[in-house]
Amino acid sequence: MSGIPRKTAELKQHGGLNGLRDTGLDEAELLACLARTWQTSKGLYGWLATVDHKLIGRRYVVTAFLFLVLAGLSALAIRFQLAAPEAGRISPDLYNQLFTMHGTTMMFLFAVPVMEAFAVYLVPLMIGTRNVAFPRLNAFSYWIYVSGGLMIWVAFALNTGADAGWFSYVPLAGPDYGIGKRPDFWAQMVTYTEVSALAVAVEIIATVFKLRTPGMTLDRIPLYVWSVLVTAFVILFAMPAVMISSTMLILDRLVGTKFFDPAAGGDALLWQHLFWFFGHPEVYIIFIPATGFVSAILPTFVRRPVFGYLGIVLSLIAIGFLSFGLWVHHMFATGLPQLGESFFTASSMMIAIPSGVQIFCWIATIWGGKPIFATPLLFVLGFIFTFVIGGLTGVMVASVPLDLQVHDTYFVVAHFHYVLVGGAVFPLLGAVYYWFPKVTGRMLSERLGHWNFWLVFLGFNLTFFPMHILGLQGMPRRVYTYPLDSGWGGANLFISLSSLVLFAGFALFFLNMLLSLRNGRVAGENPWDASTLEWATTSPPQSYDFAHLPVVTHREPLWADPDTFPVVEGLRVDAREVLGGTVADAVPQLRVPSADNSIWPLLSAIAVGGTFLASIYTPWAVVWGAIPVSIGFICWFWPKGEPEDEE
Amino acid sequence: MMRRPVVDVSRLPTYDFGAASPMWWGTLAFIALEATGFALAIGAYFYLAVQAPHWPIAAPAPDLAPGTAVLIILLASIVPNHMIDFWARQQDLSKVRVGMIVMTIVGILPLIVRIWEFPALRISWDQNAYGSIVWFLLGLHTSHLLTDVGDTIVLAVLMFTQKGTAGRRLSDVSDNAFYWDFVVVSWAVLYLVIYWTPRM
Repeated sequence: MSGIPRKTAELKQHGGLNGLRDTGLDEAELLACLARTWQTSKGLYGWLATVDHKLIGRRYVVTAFLFLVLAGLSALAIRFQLAAPEAGRISPDLYNQLFTMHGTTMMFLFAVPVMEAFAVYLVPLMIGTRNVAFPRLNAFSYWIYVSGGLMIWVAFALNTGADAGWFSYVPLAGPDYGIGKRPDFWAQMVTYTEVSALAVAVEIIATVFKLRTPGMTLDRIPLYVWSVLVTAFVILFAMPAVMISSTMLILDRLVGTKFFDPAAGGDALLWQHLFWFFGHPEVYIIFIPATGFVSAILPTFVRRPVFGYLGIVLSLIAIGFLSFGLWVHHMFATGLPQLGESFFTASSMMIAIPSGVQIFCWIATIWGGKPIFATPLLFVLGFIFTFVIGGLTGVMVASVPLDLQVHDTYFVVAHFHYVLVGGAVFPLLGAVYYWFPKVTGRMLSERLGHWNFWLVFLGFNLTFFPMHILGLQGMPRRVYTYPLDSGWGGANLFISLSSLVLFAGFALFFLNMLLSLRNGRVAGENPWDASTLEWATTSPPQSYDFAHLPVVTHREPLWADPDTFPVVEGLRVDAREVLGGTVADAVPQLRVPSADNSIWPLLSAIAVGGTFLASIYTPWAVVWGAIPVSIGFICWFWPKGEPEDEE
Repeated sequence: MMRRPVVDVSRLPTYDFGAASPMWWGTLAFIALEATGFALAIGAYFYLAVQAPHWPIAAPAPDLAPGTAVLIILLASIVPNHMIDFWARQQDLSKVRVGMIVMTIVGILPLIVRIWEFPALRISWDQNAYGSIVWFLLGLHTSHLLTDVGDTIVLAVLMFTQKGTAGRRLSDVSDNAFYWDFVVVSWAVLYLVIYWTPRM
């Protein structure tokens, strides 16, 4: 008889249960056992080896905000140069690197990672489990992300910063015109960040599908979790496009392939198709979770459940699908067949429908509630106002004749900043104010918060609204200067001065966080009296998230029955264990062992990152790098006598 | 707040097979994203083919023999692959051990044949865009083959150690078999693209 049936038979014979269970333990004993099992050990090694989703989520957020600062400072430098016509404060070459690093950092190193960071932190808490489905993959994804970001910024510091724009069009970025190794660093940075984003997407899908707490049927999943689930699917089907295209780019540059070389049968537009097949969904990868923030924040501050739950879920899914049918509207100026242009105009306008459904559901929610104008709600209201403007100019540029007029002008710059900052960063700042008490145990200052909101809101609109006009007047984007007699000097000076207001707003945001970490009012478990599960545990949550996994009987569990709390029992407390259930109804199926801390995700990330880096210089890096990468992965996955293996 | 136990999970198993297991969903998600990569690379192939006045560009159609041999081996491997999945679900460790050795050999064979397959494309990657994309497609599939064979070897070794006796490892074997199906199916599609499109 082989090992497993024998063990099962023994178990049946003795009728015993493996390991120590939470059943019957008194509270103090239970907490002590859970703390021991789920702890992250102290010291540097513990910090490097942890797989706690909260610690990883937190460091993801901090890192993403550091990149936001870098990208913001590059924007300030751009505005410094453009404040006056024919200024020579920044050289054209450095200017090219600055706007490329600004866009690249904002999109790849700030916006997408920060959205994933929130998901990594919040999803397990909101669905009532103790960690993500693949905790070590989560740790690995962070290390890969941070190495990609460091790599491209170190390259910039060494005057090898990417300089062909954040979408790195060929032939400018190709072997003939791309300077030195600049486009190669850009292309490999994409590989790092996409590997990391895809890893998070996979773990979010598995986590939301399988690890929801009993009773959390599909129609009880919090809207924020729905939004990150849809986002994970969009990542899954969009990001391979940019990995394929950036690999082709690096191959063209390194080993002489001819993908984008028209003289040898290649095609420069192939790059644009592949890039925008990723690049347009990318906008929604940033925007969809932001709408999830809105749907999470609104009910709490208007004191009623969100209006039109089903409509919002269907809109999220519809946006996810439609986001793949829009990419060509970035290419209207390339001379595509008219029928194709018409199709993509129609689909671009169509996405306004589900977006509009969401907006109307939120307005109805506010209408039927009693708003409390705390900072998170202010940011949500600022979002609705700003995003609607960005959405309207979006409908405008979806039309081919208008797009041809304003293509590559400041009108487009204004449009996408309204959509991305208004549509994603405002809700994000609201989300920071909303969940800061959960993460740190302290409230952010409301007074500074109000100042923060008004400075950012006004600063943003004063900075970006005039860009619409400049664009209509014909000022092209990505020019390092403009002639004196163009008449654009006044507006540009106004924009540059306004950007200082916006900067001051962000400075206040960071200051508020720093001050509140030390002096903020202590937050209880549920300072906002919110309805979702993350507020049913301590602030900050313990390493094991919940002492008892909650059972859900309602879409707003903490509002349904605030006095009693149905819970799960029977899980092991001497080994890391979470609960797995069916996809649709979350009926418990398995006690799933959850991976313990390990240094191998970090070491594997170093091996993978080193291979990516070396492959900028030689294709053989892939061959030699395979050895340490394989060693890393094997050591990562090789079982090390975990207690759950006894079962 | 009062806590009231309402669900007892103490008798639930710690592993299962297929859609019950989170790892299966992880594997499926990886298959989905890699399949998207394949689909986009195939899309790029046809995009370039449509742009070119003649396809293949300045090269004869690739030699059929090595690619067809790989296809035959991979299609044949479906049989032991599904047997190993069945044995894993039956929790029959001794048969799984034999199966893993068979699958290791079956996995290494197409990698050996592939040494002749790259020259059989009859064009270099840097000659023109046609050469680039066929090398790219073949390289993409080879990296998948290598990865899964590596995974199979590690699992095969694991099965002969004490740690292989844990039931969870059989669930890993089943997921590995699932991924191998993807490697086979993706080659069936790529084979048609690489070898038969130029002959049409």
